[in-house]
Amino acid sequence: MTVPFLLFFVCGGLAVVGAILVIASREPIHSALALILVMVALAVLYLLLGAPFIAAVQIIVYAGAIMVLFVFVIMLLNAGVEERTDFSSIAKYVGLPLGFVLMLWAAHWLWHSQAAGAVGTAVSTAAASSRELSVELFRQYLFPFEATSILILIAILGALVLAKKEE
Amino acid sequence: MSVIPVSYYLALSAVLFGLGVIAFVFKRNVITIFMSIELMLNAVNLAFVAFARAHNQLDGLVFVFFVIVVAAAEAAVGLALVIMLAQNRQSLSVERMNHLKL
Repeated sequence: MTVPFLLFFVCGGLAVVGAILVIASREPIHSALALILVMVALAVLYLLLGAPFIAAVQIIVYAGAIMVLFVFVIMLLNAGVEERTDFSSIAKYVGLPLGFVLMLWAAHWLWHSQAAGAVGTAVSTAAASSRELSVELFRQYLFPFEATSILILIAILGALVLAKKEE
Repeated sequence: MSVIPVSYYLALSAVLFGLGVIAFVFKRNVITIFMSIELMLNAVNLAFVAFARAHNQLDGLVFVFFVIVVAAAEAAVGLALVIMLAQNRQSLSVERMNHLKL
């Protein structure tokens, strides 16, 4: 058991535990904190995959900005314990097991798929990877990159219009 | 140098996506449902990065970058909608949001 394998299983396990906690906790704030755990664990996995830029963006944008927004809204709306509702018995006794079977089947199929080769932990090429990524982003993907700025502008305007008080 | 098979990452991604779907279906709070969408987006991002590394191409990483940008825009607009809904309905439960139901 080498260090990258150990790191993968620790962070993968943390991500799965966090995802289960998102479902299991009844308070929205606990779900939000569990989701932050998932995101940080995934950032470590991105580092392990030799994508340090994506790992940094994951921490700054996802765990930083987006989750702070979620926690802020939960605090603002004073979201308490989720109210319990009855599910139909079909959903409980057929839907939930089927969902788990589908999930495990997909994981099993992917695990044994022949198309998937092995990937190294390219830590030594980390800096080169970031440089190549930015070159790719500003050459081949320049137009989509600029289009995202329009998208963010529209999102800002949309949020402003929604937040505006009615006259 | 030790290597981790890309199938490990894909299996983890599938499990996280499945848990996100289960959370999306079973949670009753609007904010938590929104969070489960973010969980699914994260699972797909992991698969993108794993495939990018497996094929030694950077396009997957560029896609992850765009997914994160779109998720940020979506969170800004979506949470503004959630605040509006909570002020109009006095509740965050999706059971109360049935005005489009016949």
